[in-house]
Formats: sequence, C-alpha cells, structure tokens
Amino acid sequence: MTLLGDRQQLSYIAAQAADARVNVELETEGMTLNIGPQHPATHGTLRIIARLDGEQVVWAEPSAGYMHRGYEKLTEVRTFPQVTALVNRIDWLGSFANEVPFILAAEKIMGIEATPRAQHIRTILFELSRIANVSLFLGDLGVQLGAVTPVFFAFRDREYVLNLIEAATGGRFHPNFDRIGGLKDDLPAGFIDETRSVMKKLRNFCDEIENLLFGNEIFQSRTRGIGVIPKEVALQYGLSGANLRASGVDWDLRRDQKIAMAWDKVDWKVITHPDGDSFARCWVRLQEVRESTRIVDQLLDTIPGGPVMVKVPKIIKVPEGEAWVSTENPLGEMGYYVVSKNDQGPFRVKIRSASFNNISIVPWVLKGVYVPDIITILASLYFILGDIDR
Amino acid sequence: MGLVDRGRLPKPLTTLFNMGRSYSMWVYQWGLACCAIEMGAAFGSPRYDVMRLGVIPLPASPRQADLVVISGTVTDKMAPAIKRLYEQMPEPKYVISMGSCANCGGPYWDSYSVTKGVDQIIPVDVYVPGCPPRPEALLEGIVLLQQRIKNEDMGARWRGEGTVPMNAVDGESAERGGVPVVAG
Repeated sequence: MTLLGDRQQLSYIAAQAADARVNVELETEGMTLNIGPQHPATHGTLRIIARLDGEQVVWAEPSAGYMHRGYEKLTEVRTFPQVTALVNRIDWLGSFANEVPFILAAEKIMGIEATPRAQHIRTILFELSRIANVSLFLGDLGVQLGAVTPVFFAFRDREYVLNLIEAATGGRFHPNFDRIGGLKDDLPAGFIDETRSVMKKLRNFCDEIENLLFGNEIFQSRTRGIGVIPKEVALQYGLSGANLRASGVDWDLRRDQKIAMAWDKVDWKVITHPDGDSFARCWVRLQEVRESTRIVDQLLDTIPGGPVMVKVPKIIKVPEGEAWVSTENPLGEMGYYVVSKNDQGPFRVKIRSASFNNISIVPWVLKGVYVPDIITILASLYFILGDIDR
Repeated sequence: MGLVDRGRLPKPLTTLFNMGRSYSMWVYQWGLACCAIEMGAAFGSPRYDVMRLGVIPLPASPRQADLVVISGTVTDKMAPAIKRLYEQMPEPKYVISMGSCANCGGPYWDSYSVTKGVDQIIPVDVYVPGCPPRPEALLEGIVLLQQRIKNEDMGARWRGEGTVPMNAVDGESAERGGVPVVAG
C-alpha cells in the first residue's frame, strides 16, 4: 500500500471515530436495517442485514442463498456439452466467459487443445462479454448515486456488443457457443468490420461516462476515501479481479498464467490503482473496458486461418482425471475443478466464482460506514447474484 | 363507487375505466436473475422504451404497483418474500411471469432449490417464454396484458372471480377468466 492510501485510510478511520464519539454522546438507539432481498443496489437478490447506530453501521452481514440454484449438483446429472448451457447463467452478464474455463478444464483432462483460430475467437468473445458486463456496471453506478442518465448510455452501447455476440453465436445473452475442442461455428461474414466500429463506439462510451460521472464532484465525494480496502486485507479475504487491482495488487490471470487463449499474443497492460476505495474500483473497471477494446482490436487484425474445431468424437467421453482451470472473468477469478470418471458427464464440479469471495469482505468493509455509503460500496464491489449463490 | 362492487357498472364506463387502467400501469420489477437484465433493457433503455406503451416502471414500493414482473429464477428461499410482496399490492393486480425459470423452472427443472414455476405461489396472467426472453418479448407480454385488461369485467374482479371478459356468458365466465395468456 502506498503512503497516500495509508494516510487516506487513517484519516477516514479518524473521522469515523470522531463521529462515533458524537453518536455515543447523543446515545442514539441501535436499529437493524434490512436491505434486500430484493433491492436494486444488490444486482439481484442479496440481503444485507446491517445493525445501525444512528447513521453508522456497526455490524453488517450479507445473507446469500436467495438465488441458489444448485449448479454443482446439477452438473453431475448433465453431459459435458450440456454443462455449458448451465454455466452460462452463473454470471449472466458475461455469459461466454463462464463457459471458457469449464471447457478448458475438460480439454485439459482429454489432452486436446483447440485450434489457434478457435482460441483467438474465444478470446475475442471473452473480451466482448467482459465489455458487455462492465459497461452495464458503469451505467448502473450512476443509478446507485442518484444519477439516472448514465444507465441509458450504458444500455444503448451495450446493445451493440450484444448484437455482435448474437451475430457470432446466435445467443444474445447466453451464447452456449464453446465446444470441447473448439467452437460451434466460425465467425459470420462482416463480423470483423462491425466489431471494429463497435469498439470505436465503446471507446466513445468510456469517454462519455468519464465526463458524466468520474469528473462529477458529487460522484467523487461519494466515492473517494469511502470503502477503503487495503492491499493486505484484500489479499486475506481472497478478492480477485478489479477489486483486487484497485487495492494496488498487480494480479491478472490473463497475463500471469499460461492457458490456451490468445492474450499473450497482443499488447495490453494490467490496470491497477493504489487507493483501494470505491472510486479506485470504478476507475479500474472503466480503464479495463478501454483495454478490452484495445485487445479486441488487436486480435481482429491477427485472426489465424484454419478450422475452428479439432476432431472429437460425436459422443464425448472424458477420460478419468481431474483438472483445475481458472480464468480472469469480468468479475474476477473464476475456476472449475472438474473430476471425471470416464463418463459422458462430470463426476463432480467445484465452481469457484469471483463474487462469492468478493462479497466476503462486506462485513469488514461496511463496518463504520454511513448508511448511504452502503449502496455505493456494494455497487463498487460489483457482484452478480448468480455468481455468488450459483 | 358502489356501482363497481355490485357489478352494475355501465359498459361504456367500464370501457373507459379499463382503458385508463391499461395505459397507466405502474409496474413493480421483481428482478431475480438473467431476465432482470433483459427487463432492465426493456424498461430502462432508449432502444426499447416501455413508457411508450403507457407502463411506468420503478414505483417506490409494491403498494403503488398494478403489475409485477417476476423475472428470473424463483428459489424456495425467495418464494415467501414473493408471496408477501404480492399480497401487499393493491387490487386490481396483475402478474407477468418472465422467462422459463419463472414459468416452470427452466434449465433448473431438476434442481433441489428452485421453485418450479412462480404460478405455484401466485396467480399469473401472462407467461413470457424464453431463456431469457428478448426485451421485445416482454413488451409483447405487456401488450397482451393490456388487451386483457381492456376487456375485463371490473365487477367480476371486485367480487373475487378473477379476470373475466366483459362479453362472457354467465356461468362459464369464471372458468374462462382464469386462463392465462402466453406471449410469443
């Protein structure tokens, strides 16, 4: 953690302590505030139980499980190709990104690797789903602070990305496009030109959001120095993704691990921010959308030729073995531990989804904040309920 | 009114009331899963813009809402909350079940924790199939519901007989009233 972050954290704690003293003098009564299970700020159905002292939270606890659909059990009664249709719906905003680690794990057990073209297109679609995911976050951020305009911008420009995904995969929301050994289809005609123009639009969208929100004084005062997560705490709680990078940890699985994807073939950089507050988390995500558009642009220039599918049998049987593959999904590290017993379906799948670990810090970070800040902190942590409860 | 609860509202007046009701629906969004995002796209995006149909999204509470869109997977843990909020809505109230999960369980038809259809808990007027349905499909569901409201006999609704068409023959009206519409 940098000196700046240290000082900010200390001054914030000091301010909170001063306020707490005032509250003690006034003898405000305790009360329990129940946020959710259905609340717009929770991106679904998370319930937060907060015990308040006046305007301050003294204790907060997320109550998950309202969206628990039993994925890990369901995967045991599905075949391998069927599982991708299920896992699409874990993080429903970046659906394609959910399929990739599972398919990579299955391929790892089978000992096959997708063709270079398939890997390339996978990476493009992966980044497109990241853009679709995070652009909605950027719009939603305004709503949590009372600014409704950004969400219109976000939905407008997100449609272009969804159209691209639909053109390539046939599914606007849940592509179910990844196959063991490659992809279902090749890219459609005109996809590359269309994607280039959409990436230009998305960069404009980032500029717009930066002008609309990030320069706004109200936005800054509501997010700067609020919800500070120091580096050590972030690591202890197992945060991942942009939440971790916003605390100054230079960690990105796209760069740090060698997997059969095309990120190592292009020039991009990992965005970090030293502060660890709500603003840093939002800022890192905004920059990541920009980086993603750059990645996609470069990948479009270098798509190799060849087939998109290697030879695999019609009825896929995965030999006995175990594999763990995780990727840097829009929300953070998402991994699958697949155990196969030489059958058509997996024997057991353990799903590590990013949001579950990301919200584990909620009790820590909400301690001592004011009630309105609960919403901005939750919004900036950015979780998706399907990703928490599975 | 007095006339309504005795079921003796003149037909022109009913038509007028129904038109007013169908074009000023306050819709409470029950966003649960993936469908919530498509519902958000239908309600909050400039491309689909639900307000041109006379639907007003985002009331402050279910007590101000006429219509609730159950969009997404209803789990057994969530079901009591849905029932409770539905009971808080004032009559006349309508329900759109959006997406396969809310209709019948969808891809989680064999899951241990998912309620197989929201119609097990609350009565549904319009089903919108799809996983998730496109925003256009939800808009069609809303248009179908508006048609239903326009033809509704308000007296029957008041007497607790549910949605009954105005021109229904006596006796068979109650049976016909309960049939939900399927969009798409």
